[in-house]
Amino acid sequence: MDIFLQQIINGLVQGSVYALVALGYTMVYGILGLINFAHGEVVMIGAMLALSSLTALLGWGVTPLLALPISIALAMLGCMVLGYGIERIAYRPLRHAPRLAPLITAIGVSIVLQNLAMMIWGRQYHSFPQLIANTPHNIGGAIINNIQIIIFILALAIMAGLMFVVNRTRLGRAMRAVSENQHAAQLMGVDINRVISITFMLGSGLAAIAGVMVSANYGLAHYYMGFILGLKAFTAAVLGGIGNLRGAMLGGLLLGLIESLGAGYIGGLTGGFFGSNYQDVFAFFVLIAVLVFRPSGLLGERLAERA
Amino acid sequence: MSRRSLRGSLRFGLLATLLRGFFLMVSFDKRNQRWIIWALLLAGLLLLPFITDALLGRGWVRIVDFAMLYIMLALGLNIVVGYAGLLDLGYIAFFAVGAYCYALTDSPHLAQAFPIAFPAGVHLPFWFVLPLSALVAGGFGVLLGAPTLRLRGDYLAIVTLGFGEIIRIFLNNLNAPVNLTNGPQGISFIDPITVMGVSLNKTQHFFGIAFPSVHLYFYLFLAFTALVIFVSQRLEKSRIGRAWMAIREDEVAASAMGINTRNLKLLAFAMGAMFGGASGALFAGFQGFVSPESFSLMESIMVLCMVVLGGMGNITGVILGGILLALLPEVLRNIVMPVQQALFGKTLIDPESLRMLLFGSALIGMMLYRPAGLLPSRLRRRELGGDDAAAEESVYDATH
Amino acid sequence: MSRHSHRSLMFGAIVPVLLSMTLYGCEKSATTSQDSSGDLVVRIGASAPLTGPQAHLGKDNENGTRMAIDDANAKGMMIGGRKAHFELISEDDQADPKTATIVAQKLVDDKVNGVIGHLNSGTTIPAAKIYSDNGIPQISPSATAVTYTAQGFKTAFRVMANDAQQGHVLGEYAAKNLGAKRIAVIDDRTAYGQGLADQFIKSAEANGAKIVAHEYTNDKAMDFTAVLTAVKSKKPDLLFYGGMDAQGGPMAKQVKALALKLKFMTGDGGYTPEFIKLAGTAAEGAYASLPGVPLDKMPGGKAFADRFVAKYGPIQLYAPYCYDAVNVMIAAMQKAGSADPAKYLPALADITYDGVTAKIQFDEKGDLKGGAITMYQVQHGKWQPLETLGMAKAAN
Repeated sequence: MDIFLQQIINGLVQGSVYALVALGYTMVYGILGLINFAHGEVVMIGAMLALSSLTALLGWGVTPLLALPISIALAMLGCMVLGYGIERIAYRPLRHAPRLAPLITAIGVSIVLQNLAMMIWGRQYHSFPQLIANTPHNIGGAIINNIQIIIFILALAIMAGLMFVVNRTRLGRAMRAVSENQHAAQLMGVDINRVISITFMLGSGLAAIAGVMVSANYGLAHYYMGFILGLKAFTAAVLGGIGNLRGAMLGGLLLGLIESLGAGYIGGLTGGFFGSNYQDVFAFFVLIAVLVFRPSGLLGERLAERA
Repeated sequence: MSRRSLRGSLRFGLLATLLRGFFLMVSFDKRNQRWIIWALLLAGLLLLPFITDALLGRGWVRIVDFAMLYIMLALGLNIVVGYAGLLDLGYIAFFAVGAYCYALTDSPHLAQAFPIAFPAGVHLPFWFVLPLSALVAGGFGVLLGAPTLRLRGDYLAIVTLGFGEIIRIFLNNLNAPVNLTNGPQGISFIDPITVMGVSLNKTQHFFGIAFPSVHLYFYLFLAFTALVIFVSQRLEKSRIGRAWMAIREDEVAASAMGINTRNLKLLAFAMGAMFGGASGALFAGFQGFVSPESFSLMESIMVLCMVVLGGMGNITGVILGGILLALLPEVLRNIVMPVQQALFGKTLIDPESLRMLLFGSALIGMMLYRPAGLLPSRLRRRELGGDDAAAEESVYDATH
Repeated sequence: MSRHSHRSLMFGAIVPVLLSMTLYGCEKSATTSQDSSGDLVVRIGASAPLTGPQAHLGKDNENGTRMAIDDANAKGMMIGGRKAHFELISEDDQADPKTATIVAQKLVDDKVNGVIGHLNSGTTIPAAKIYSDNGIPQISPSATAVTYTAQGFKTAFRVMANDAQQGHVLGEYAAKNLGAKRIAVIDDRTAYGQGLADQFIKSAEANGAKIVAHEYTNDKAMDFTAVLTAVKSKKPDLLFYGGMDAQGGPMAKQVKALALKLKFMTGDGGYTPEFIKLAGTAAEGAYASLPGVPLDKMPGGKAFADRFVAKYGPIQLYAPYCYDAVNVMIAAMQKAGSADPAKYLPALADITYDGVTAKIQFDEKGDLKGGAITMYQVQHGKWQPLETLGMAKAAN
């Protein structure tokens, strides 16, 4: 039983990580309908920026308790500038282009960011300083530590915060208008460039937080870490219904649970024929099955068939 | 049309002129000089490996060989993405299926799993294995198509991406309980391709001229590329091709016009997959070794980039995209260091990271510069009116 | 002229420019094998992934190779009575088999006299064919798959123990010396990790241990809690990981976080400073193996390590093997009195050379003859050698 409980906790923690990244993904998708393939790299840049500023701050003798928030803020700031720049350079000129064009520039941005990071931070893996005491808590034989609890709560809080922004504020109303119909929104006096820029900055700021949390949890940062995270987050966002904030959260948590339960029990369920090597296959099968029955994800709105 | 393209082609470089001239002349220009251009082009292509070898070295012949494989892949994906408008992010899976088909049926590997049935492995003739690989890949295409019929856009993208990963993971793990694929170790000792008793694996002499192995493969790949181009062109103009484009433009309307969208979408997946499978088989024979790491997601993405960058739905464009993206990293490999040294007298920035950095920037730059692709399809050009003002009118259609 | 055709004008300029730049770039390969001063120019090709997730190891390989070449130039080596000047041509193969064959062909075109590479088994195997077709000797510093030297190529060598040799020692050490009875195995499904894990399992079972779990991850993963929890349910006393440090380090950390009470063991891919850095205090007590003898115990080993660290920073993993590979190659050239591949290849095949990693001799396949393998353990935050298991026999 404690093993099962531990697998559930593993899944929830891993899922919260996916959800953190997926929230930013889905924000951008919701407003532009654009798969921002470079989002994973922004997460990585966030982690790297935080690492650099942490190292510098700790080196100057700033107390860890102060250094952490400062470096998170710096990473967020850096990523927001980056997100703004990416949108301006690589996406805005293509807003009226065929729909696959921005997908290709996104891939280009992703390659550029990865190699820039490699130039700046080197090829080696960096260990991420552990600033929060990693006290393990024992729940019925299963173990969870502080940072994991923080990640889970943070993911929920960010989702709630974003939902508040989108549904309850003026900015959110403008976002929804732009996502519904850009031209009509413009006619109603919405500055769509501004709204889209802000959305990108918001998404990128979240990416920075996600990056710091991922690095803090696994204790490492590397210039290649963004690619897989981005991919998993994309999967999670689609599973939940891309463009939908609650969907991103649900999709992330579900994907995490599917992976950990898959890795843990798939061998037993298939008589040892499939092992944890088929973990991703299992996850993708669940995804395909969900999409066969709900073609726009679990919480996605049904797509209006264009007539 | 042809006047403008003629004017354009004069400004292109040697390679682009040849290719563009080839297709546009052949298909649209009915004047008498047609056969001259044909002959010149054929001669140029036949001499290409020798010219490349003499000017740039044999490594470049190999690079051109790979470029041909990529062109075949890009043209195959063009059927799915360009014609039928189905976004496929796992296309490399079919390449993998074809490659493993060839590897299993033309290597000693199966002797390990079935020592009694195949004591020396399986060694089937190339002309049997090639269609087999295409057919098996086509079958996988249908397998992918069936559950995804109702999906659109980005939902389709993630499922196809997942499919590509699933195939790779299976190939990577099917070394147990029965050693079918040899897992991550890959399959080696694959028989080289033999055409009419001539092994392409060693230097052969015809008419007193020595043809090294990479040259021989070049001619084989050239023949297949020509075939793929021919089939693509016939498909584009056929009832099926027009039906695909109708589905791409508006699935509901197409269905209302009596087009069987289900069968046609499956056919698009199957046809695209067959091209991929055939080029996979050629790849396996060429390399002599296959392992799952050759079929990563990044490869699928690169092939998609070739299609989109070149100009979805336009055969010439896709070929150009394939050539550019296959050659660009290798061109950069050769120039990044010398150019730095010429400019600054020493290597300032690590050449490898700079190479990929420039590659990524080139992707962005080319896409910004020509959003509909380098050579957009005629339909696309008409939609955009060939003019940026008109492009403003077209709705950003990913949000639909 | 509309804006549209203006654009195609600009685009039309791209292809010729690229072509001419390529021609320019290739000029360097047109030089003869004599420089202006009449010295013999010997080109050593090297290839490893210098971009992508394994770039840190690839760069380490390049550095090791470069240092050997710089040393040789500084010493002013003579080959066949002529002063030799060594040049390094290093290429990025991106850990991709297809790119590896392109790189191999490029090195052949550049008229290299020998090749140090590649890093991964998946790239080394297909590239070996091209070197063999062109008669260029190749020494891989790090490819461990048995297949590499089993292809029957006369030009293929390695200065690294293969999976069979190393897995054999590891399995025996786990079962006999550490007395493990219930062993769990995780591998990363790469050619290296899976190959090593399979040989480990064979050897451990032959020595009386029971494999209670075999789980899997991949070489890009960060989270191993699910498979580790599955391992935990089987209550093993030792966990063997077949894979690299980038996963091994975090895995060791998560082993501790999940309160698994077991010994952690890994292969040469884990014997790195990164492993300790990433695992933190959880690295303490972990075991790893490394082919060869500890650098400190080899003549010149300590000096090599000190100079390398001063120049390039900590040794990641295979740099000493690259250093040895170059030196073995040069020694063979000196012995044969020629840098001509056809002439020094026989000398390379039956050379005996005292490298910084081991005494190097090749068997008829090109594998390291009776390679010694040393077991290490993390003690007080450092890898410390435990014992060298001499003259390991290949398992088959």
